[in-house]
Amino acid sequence: MSANGEAARPLVEVEDLRVKFVSREATVQAVNGVSFAMKSGEVLCIIGESGSGKSVSMRALIRLLPRRRAVISGRMRVGEHDIMALTERQLTDIRGSQIAMIFQEPMTALDPVYTIGEQIAETVMRHEGCSRQAALERALYLLQRVKVPSPERRLKAYPHELSGGLRQRAMIAVALSCRPALLLADEPTTALDATVQIQVLILLRELQKEFGTSVIFVTHDLGVAAQVADTIAVMYAGRIVEYGSARDVLLAPRHPYTIGMLASTVHGEMRDKDIEAIPGSPPDLRRLPPGCSFAPRCRYAVAACTAGVPESVAVAPGHFAACIRAGEIVAGAAAGLPHDAARPPLDRPQAMLA
Amino acid sequence: MSHWDLMAEHAPAARPKLGTVPPGDPRDRGGKAQPMLIATGVTKHFDILGGVLNRPVAKVRAVDDVSFCVLKGETLGIVGESGCGKSTLARLLMHLLPMDSGELIFDGDGVGESGGLSLRDLRRNLQMVFQDSYSSLNPRLPVQDSIAYGPRVHGMPRAEARAVARELLDKVGLDPDLFGARYPHELSGGQKQRVNVARALALHPRMLILDEAVSALDKSVEAQVLNLLRQLKRHFNLTYVFISHDLNVVQYISDRVLVMYLGQIVEIGPVEEIYRGPRHPYTRALLDSRLTMDPNDRVEEAPITGDPPNPINPPSGCRFRTRCPFAEEVCAAKAPALGAWADRDSHLAACHMEDAASGHSRAGRSPLACEAAGATMGAA
Repeated sequence: MSANGEAARPLVEVEDLRVKFVSREATVQAVNGVSFAMKSGEVLCIIGESGSGKSVSMRALIRLLPRRRAVISGRMRVGEHDIMALTERQLTDIRGSQIAMIFQEPMTALDPVYTIGEQIAETVMRHEGCSRQAALERALYLLQRVKVPSPERRLKAYPHELSGGLRQRAMIAVALSCRPALLLADEPTTALDATVQIQVLILLRELQKEFGTSVIFVTHDLGVAAQVADTIAVMYAGRIVEYGSARDVLLAPRHPYTIGMLASTVHGEMRDKDIEAIPGSPPDLRRLPPGCSFAPRCRYAVAACTAGVPESVAVAPGHFAACIRAGEIVAGAAAGLPHDAARPPLDRPQAMLA
Repeated sequence: MSHWDLMAEHAPAARPKLGTVPPGDPRDRGGKAQPMLIATGVTKHFDILGGVLNRPVAKVRAVDDVSFCVLKGETLGIVGESGCGKSTLARLLMHLLPMDSGELIFDGDGVGESGGLSLRDLRRNLQMVFQDSYSSLNPRLPVQDSIAYGPRVHGMPRAEARAVARELLDKVGLDPDLFGARYPHELSGGQKQRVNVARALALHPRMLILDEAVSALDKSVEAQVLNLLRQLKRHFNLTYVFISHDLNVVQYISDRVLVMYLGQIVEIGPVEEIYRGPRHPYTRALLDSRLTMDPNDRVEEAPITGDPPNPINPPSGCRFRTRCPFAEEVCAAKAPALGAWADRDSHLAACHMEDAASGHSRAGRSPLACEAAGATMGAA
C-alpha cells in the first residue's frame, strides 16, 4: 500500500546513524555508524545483547530519545520523510500514523486510566479525524483482528484487567490502528510466557503479511528472530557487524560474534558438555576499544583487528560481515580454522597486540 | 584507561580456579539413597483483602499441595509459566515465607520440628540465588563484605570470614584483588551474579536453589554462568534446584524435571524422558512452544491458545482443562492424581489419560504416545 509504484526505492534508508548520550560525567557512544536500507513489506530483525545499541537505533528512527541528552547525527529517511529535518509537530503527526511502535512492557506503555477501546480510538481520531463512534468501531474491528476473545467486553476493559498476552495484543491493535507503513517492535514478546509468545509471534507475522507493513523487530532472542525475520542485522557495541537474510545469518554466520552467539545459546543436544561461551563481557561504551570492538573477546583476533574499524564486506550476495577475516572464517566455522582453541582468548592481551 | 585495562577486568572471569573434587561428603548422614530434601503437601495460599473491613475476599492458590523430593547430587529443574508458583515454592523451601501446611525433611531431619533442624541449621545447608542480581546485594557493602556477612553471622571471626570471601571470589572467576573492594554498582550483571553465587556458597551449603538465576543475563554471559554453576556443583558436591522458564537451559542442566501449572505439579521425571516423551498435554505444549534457531523450521500454528488462567479462581478438577485439547467431563469433575514415587527413574504425570481407571475416553492410551507411534509408522 505504501510502495505507490516506486518499488525500487526502499521504504527506510539509514546512513551513518550515530547516537551519543552526553552527560556531565561521560559521553556514551551508543550507536556508532549504522547504515541499512529496508524494502516495503520487509521484516528486519535487529539482534544483539543489552547495550549493543539496537533499541537506541530503532528509537532514533522516530526521534524518541531525550532531546537534550541524545546527540543524533546521520541521515534517516522513512517513506517521504527526512526524519532529521522534521519539526516536533510534524513528528507527532507521523508517530502512530506512518510509524508506530510496540514496546516490551505493555503495562507501562498503555495508559492505566483509560480503557483499551478509548486508547485505540484516540489514535484513530487524532490521525484520521473521524468521529468517536467510527473510531470505536475501528477499535472493535482491530481487537477482533488481533484475536482478543470477546472483544466487545475487552473494549471496555482497563489494561490491568487483561492478562499479559491480551495486553500485548491490545498494544498491537493500537499500533496498527492507522495502518502504519513501518512498525517498530522493541522486544514485544520478551515479557511473555513461552506458550503465549509463540501465539503473539504468529499473530504479528499474519498481520504484517496482510497489512503489508514493514517491521523493524528488535530482540535478543535468536529463536524469535528465526521465527519472524526476513533480514537480520546483528549489532555489537553500536555497530552492525553482520547483515543478511535470516537464513544466511543464522545458518551460515560469518562474523565471529554471530558464530559465538549461536554457539553459546543453549539448545538441546549439549548436555554434560561445557557451553562454548564467549569470554568476557561487552565493551564499555564510554571507552570503546580501538578498531573492531569485538576483537578483545574474539578467538580469531589478530593484530590488524585493532588497527581500524573493519569495513562491512560482502561475503555472499546480500550478506555482509564487518570482519577482516570474514573470508577465512567461513571455512573455519565448518572445518576448524587454524586458531589456538586451547588458549583462553583473554589470557594474554599483550600477545594479541604484538 | 585503555581498553586493555578493561580486558584485564574481564580476563579472570574466563577461568575460575577450581581444585579437585573432594571424595565423599562427611556431612552426608542418611547415605546416598536418602533424598536431600523431601517436601510433602507444601501449600501456600495468599489472601486477597478487600471490602469495607479489609477482610480476605479471595485466595491465590500459589502453591497447592505440592510433594516431591530432591535427590542427593542431582539437579532438579522446575519449569512453568509466570504465576505457576515456582518462585513461591522456592521461597517456601527456603522458609523465606511461612507455609500454610506441609512438611520439609532435609537429609532425614524435619525442619522446624523439635529434635529436627532449626532454621539456622537449614540456612547453613540450603542457600538461594535470586534472579535480580543487583537488588539482592547490599548496595552499601563492598562485595567481599557481602560474601563474608553470612559466615560472620554464623560466628566466624572477621579476618577468617574475609579470607573465605576472597577465596570464593576466586572460585567464581573474579580476581579478589580487583573485585573484592568494589560495590555492586561497579560490576556488570554477570559479575554481580557470580558474586551472588559466591555469597550463597559462603556457608558451605549442601544445596542451592537457583531461582531464575541466569534469566536476566545476556546469552553469552548466561553461558559463562551456566558453565560456572556446573563446575561449582562438581567441586562442592552440591545439589541444585534450578528454577527457570527457559526449557533449553533446564534441559541442559537438569537431571530431573518438575513441571508446574497453576500451583500444582503436572509432571515430573528424568529429563530425557520428559523431553522425548512428555505425558501431560501441558508439558507437550510447553515443549512445542520452544523456538528453533532455524528460519526454515518455523512454528506455523500455536500449540495451545489462550493465556494461563488466573490462580485466584483456578478451574475445578484438572487445572489445565480450560486449555487442554483432550478435556472431557471427568477432567472438570475430579482432579487427576500425580501418584507416589521414590526413585530417580519414576516418570509421573497428573493427567486422567494416564490413569486407566479414570473414566476418560482416552484413559490408558494417551494420544501423546499414540501420535508419536503414528508419526513413526507414517515415516516408515
